[in-house]
Amino acid sequence: MSVLSLQSVSLAFPADRDSRETRLVLDGVTLHLASDEFIAVIGRSGSGKTSLLNLAAGFLKPTSGRVSVDGADITGPAADRAVVFQDDALYPWLNARDNVAFPLKLRGIAKGERRLRADELLAKVGLENAGSKNIWELSGGMRQRVGIARALASEPRFLLLDEPLGALDALTRTRLQQFLLKVWSESKTGALLITHSIEEAMLLATRVVVLAPNPGRIIADIPASFGRQLLGGKSLQDIKDSPEYRRLHDGLTGLIHADSEEEAA
Amino acid sequence: MTINIGSIAPVAPAAPAVTEAQRPKRSPGTLPVSLATIIAIIAAWSLASAYGLVSPLFLPSPLIVLKAIYSVAVNGFVDSTLAQHTLASLLRIFAALAAALVIGIPAGLAIGTSRIGKGILDPIVEFLRPLPPLAYLPLIIIWIGIGEASKITVIALAMLPPIILSTAAGVKSAPADFINAARSFGATRLQILVQVILPSAIPSILTGTRIALGAGWSTLVAAELVAASRGLGFMIQSAAQFLVTDIVIAGIIVIAVIAFLFEILARLLERWFVPWAAHR
Repeated sequence: MSVLSLQSVSLAFPADRDSRETRLVLDGVTLHLASDEFIAVIGRSGSGKTSLLNLAAGFLKPTSGRVSVDGADITGPAADRAVVFQDDALYPWLNARDNVAFPLKLRGIAKGERRLRADELLAKVGLENAGSKNIWELSGGMRQRVGIARALASEPRFLLLDEPLGALDALTRTRLQQFLLKVWSESKTGALLITHSIEEAMLLATRVVVLAPNPGRIIADIPASFGRQLLGGKSLQDIKDSPEYRRLHDGLTGLIHADSEEEAA
Repeated sequence: MTINIGSIAPVAPAAPAVTEAQRPKRSPGTLPVSLATIIAIIAAWSLASAYGLVSPLFLPSPLIVLKAIYSVAVNGFVDSTLAQHTLASLLRIFAALAAALVIGIPAGLAIGTSRIGKGILDPIVEFLRPLPPLAYLPLIIIWIGIGEASKITVIALAMLPPIILSTAAGVKSAPADFINAARSFGATRLQILVQVILPSAIPSILTGTRIALGAGWSTLVAAELVAASRGLGFMIQSAAQFLVTDIVIAGIIVIAVIAFLFEILARLLERWFVPWAAHR
């Protein structure tokens, strides 16, 4: 069991160019992600959700505080924390298979073996026939599945998901949510999902973390079990109709909404 | 439901089935107008020669120019046939292009990826870029003589700035997510450079190569002015000295046709090498 930890992490950006003043983006955020957990982070725009993920990935360094994996401070991005991006970030000069095989190529794995493992992963995400397709021939949902397969190819301990479903249409999004849940439950990696959608957070995560803006800070960290129910075979409609689902949904909506009223006042 | 309104747009199918009847009619574009312009110019040229408006010494008729092209192709001019002149010029252009690519792409990568690289190379490129090749041609001849090397060097120097600058621009256009993705899979700096940044820059490098070929042709004629015994530029220069205007115009037309073919070749290469550039 591995743990990705952010301890009292703060992040400040220069307020504008040529200025010495700084703007606090995240203030004293502490979050521990175990490799069997699925944490969803929700919050309004400007609450520092994506900065939180960029810190965990190692793309950004905290202004103060520590980011560590199993107690060792991270020094930057590494293969144990693979990222899936909102704009898929697939390489258009590679076909779907070679995109999935890209992390394996970086590790110097031989071509035949790369191909084999990439095809396995493509099959796992339901794209066994799309290996030699060009990226621009794939729909948005298929692209994100390739992106997830590529991240899994690097055999990470943690999957960092930066609103991967944010740009998809509603139907595809619902399908991919359940797909993501299944992939996570089979892969034994920790997942950190950044999302705008309360529903998505509740249905996928084992813990829902709410960030409030200005500066970004954690105002709630609530366990959720709807994903497990969904995996256990309970229907999406039954889950959404259950009183506990509604209670949590109202609670989370209230938390985010209350915060925006406070700001409007 | 908390799905935002903006995300409910339907996803376009991967391969939209459009029947022939549904396909929007392609507009004829500028091609008919361009063809008419060319025909008009040639007609005006023929009329001017036929009615003796311009002395044949200055402007021989299109027919005479065609005959000149045929005569140079078969009998040659100043000891070489048209094919030999053309081959000599093409070899210089391609040797210079190879040298410019081998030096220019790494230099452009250095400018685009490293502060120190940019600091070192920027002043050199900015010094070279606005200089007309004719200005430094005499110096190159003093340094490396009047042989083939000096001609290729001058053409390569003229080709370098567009290749360096387009490579550097291509590097900067590599999306941050492409680089971050590779980093999160544990890529080293060299792996990112070779496997992410360089492929991202290829469309821009190809555009730079097209511009460089244009610069190369203009420099070629100048470079062949000096002590060449073959080449299209040399052919034009020798013909001009003897006032053989039909061969001068023939040479110009051959260069124009080759440059046009290069342009088509470059576009085909683009479509073949980087089909994805059209989908970015």
